Amino acid sequence: MNQSWESLVVVVSLFATMAAYALFAGADFGGGIWDLLAGRTKTGQRPRAAIDASVTPVWEGNQVWIVLGFVLVFTAYPVAFAAIMTSLFVPLSLSLLGILLRGIGFAFRHEAERPRTTQLSGVLFAASSLVAPFFLGAAVGAVTTGRVRTDAVGNVPSAWLTPTALMTGVLFVATCAYIGAVYLVGDSHQRGDEEMVKYFSRRAVAAGVVTGVLAAVNMVFLRTNAAYVFHRLVTVAVPLVAVSVIAGVAALALIVLRRVWLLRVAAGIAVTAVVAAWGVAQYPYLLPGSLTLSQGSAPLASLQSEVVVMVLAALLVVPSFAYLYWLQQHGRLEVTEDSDQLQRAVAADTTAPAAPPASHGHPVVATVVVGAAVLELAREAVARVRRHDR
Amino acid sequence: MTTALVIEAASAGPARGQMGASLGFHIIFACFGIAFPAVLLVVHWIGLRRGDAVALLLARRWSKVMAVVFAVGAVSGTVLSYELGLLWPTLMGRYGAAYGIPFSVEAIWFFVEAIFTAIYLYGWRHLPPWLHWWTCVPLVVSGILGAMSVVAANSWMNQPSGFTLKNGRVSHVDPWAVVFNPATPYEVPHMILAAYMVTGFLVAGVYACGLLRGRNDRYHRLGFLVPFTLAGIAAPVQVVFGDSVARAIAKQQPVKFAAMEFVDHTHRGVTEWLGGIYYQGHVYFGVGIPKFDSLLVGYSPDTKIIGWDSVPAQDRPPVPDVIHLAFNVMVAIGVALVVLAAWQAWVWKFHRRVLMTRWFLVPAALSGLASIAAMESGWIVTEVGRQPWVVYKLLRTSDAVTTAGGVPVTLVMTLLIYAVLSGVVVFVPWLMSQRWRARESPPPSGGHSPGGRVPAGSGTPVG
Repeated sequence: MNQSWESLVVVVSLFATMAAYALFAGADFGGGIWDLLAGRTKTGQRPRAAIDASVTPVWEGNQVWIVLGFVLVFTAYPVAFAAIMTSLFVPLSLSLLGILLRGIGFAFRHEAERPRTTQLSGVLFAASSLVAPFFLGAAVGAVTTGRVRTDAVGNVPSAWLTPTALMTGVLFVATCAYIGAVYLVGDSHQRGDEEMVKYFSRRAVAAGVVTGVLAAVNMVFLRTNAAYVFHRLVTVAVPLVAVSVIAGVAALALIVLRRVWLLRVAAGIAVTAVVAAWGVAQYPYLLPGSLTLSQGSAPLASLQSEVVVMVLAALLVVPSFAYLYWLQQHGRLEVTEDSDQLQRAVAADTTAPAAPPASHGHPVVATVVVGAAVLELAREAVARVRRHDR
Repeated sequence: MTTALVIEAASAGPARGQMGASLGFHIIFACFGIAFPAVLLVVHWIGLRRGDAVALLLARRWSKVMAVVFAVGAVSGTVLSYELGLLWPTLMGRYGAAYGIPFSVEAIWFFVEAIFTAIYLYGWRHLPPWLHWWTCVPLVVSGILGAMSVVAANSWMNQPSGFTLKNGRVSHVDPWAVVFNPATPYEVPHMILAAYMVTGFLVAGVYACGLLRGRNDRYHRLGFLVPFTLAGIAAPVQVVFGDSVARAIAKQQPVKFAAMEFVDHTHRGVTEWLGGIYYQGHVYFGVGIPKFDSLLVGYSPDTKIIGWDSVPAQDRPPVPDVIHLAFNVMVAIGVALVVLAAWQAWVWKFHRRVLMTRWFLVPAALSGLASIAAMESGWIVTEVGRQPWVVYKLLRTSDAVTTAGGVPVTLVMTLLIYAVLSGVVVFVPWLMSQRWRARESPPPSGGHSPGGRVPAGSGTPVG
């Protein structure tokens, strides 16, 4: 495979974009997950306020990474894009629903004044933080198994209703929770809120361990479902996998040692290395088994324009983001009403009976029930298709 | 022909409905994304330059509204990027290599907008005042450049160029020719001007309502005048420019133009129809001006205009009535808004005051809704008028639609969510204004005195 350098730059940019989405939007999704699990109104008030102050100024920008990912794929690899969007119509539509509801919940939760509406938008925000990463993960898992094919017609439920794809979805959710907790440890440290540092540290450790276990289980599934990718993961991509494991373990140690910045770096490396390992493992395939990079690439000039776009992104977007995060980390940005609420909560340990969202137990149960029902229905559909095939 | 229509409606109908709804919804928020920062920048500048507390208060409140509106815009924009693939995979699969280029550029401006919105919105308290003002400038720039790239993509669908096809696949691409296709030079400015009109008239309309209710204070007058002036400058430019847009369409997409003007067969001395419904060779309920259409297109009453009979029935847009009436509505509203703006400009020039008569304020209050109607009509003209093509003369909409089932479900979801969201996005700023008013007016007694709404010199934080 002799690729032009433009082609390599574009494919690396694409994986870098996905890594950025996983890290930044992943942290936001993770915030939503911890918001969901923060318990009853009173006990959950302080972590919720911390999550809110950390995530609010940055979520909108972080969400743009997925748009950049989309435009990169449909400009540089149009055929693969068409195949993915057709075969995985269902999980991608559901992930979109998650992103949509989440944004809406976010936009309005600060403006709603009555507890009912605050609660409703809070629930939207939190529940959709589970939905979006799960289905994006399922879509990624489906691609790795090689069941997304260019010759497919119509949506293909069997492409993503595999153990690998569903497990990848769960893994994405766990990873988001992990990244989110790590990010919040750092932010709470920045605010000098020791109790929240402890709170999120415990959760970061738990999520980190769970993520590691899920990743290991998924390797087992990959072995049977995605032979090509598995083979390359344990041969060519093994250094990257090792880096990820080492960084992940180091991160656990760093949480205990309270080295906040190193912790972020280590967690970032762990996730980025996994994304990179996936990329290397799939090479030279865009869609394992049916479309290689050189078969699926757009003409050279299109790739060149994507290179230009990435250079522009490096020149304009990276510094802007750096400035935004610098301001945010140095307390120059103020999510007015809510940081008042945060200060109140920090100062007097929940003196104000502000009564924002009450029990989040119902939405959790509802999400699980609805999720199970959706999966069951989808499985039924697959079974019917299989019967039909016979 | 009917069977062809039925088949098309069955296959692409739900997808077109969903795309239309998503686009029609997003475009209103996109208008704010393009033009609202400029409006803000002006009041913020007045506030800083003159130490004007009222202007600063307005800027601060508008920035909060902007945050909500931008968030909805960002999310509904993400929806569109998904939908391009979810609904039209063949379009993307076949032409993504060319069509995707302007979208890629847009992603950059999308980033810049999202980042600086956050900085500007949350920077009120801790950033130095002028630095804070400057953090809004990238929003103005990214709004305009972002509009350029997205509208260039739409122009490309109308005038596909900058690529060569080999075996049905794009084999060579010229990115400059893709972005600067023949329709870009008129579509892009037309949309940017429309965005300034929609935003300006809509914001001004809110304060016109306040003035109508007797809240005749500086806060409301300023809140009215700044956006109204910007929109009022854009309006006449838009009408003059729009005239040349129509002429360009007559040249580049004659069948679309024929539907816009009810030209059923190619001939000279074409009548200009205002309103009306076309039925079997006759226009009913319309006012016809003989030869005027020819005069407008070619500056001569004898100009030949191509009719829709120049192409076979299956290559014509389905419902000329909708296209024609939408076009008429757009032009009529545009002209009416110019008259409205001119009236205020006249009074301002000679009397330096805001017109307070109901004859002016009621239309002014409605001007925002009217400009939204005009803009949506314009998009109906360009999108329905391009049918049955999704890429003009190259790819039929019915061939581009996804083979995946389930679009009817996502269509219903989209309609439901956007219906609720439309309600909320109007309700929330209203709620904000209620809260602001409740906070600043001293309880019961001072409630009705004009001018008592905004405490003089109140530099106090609003949030």
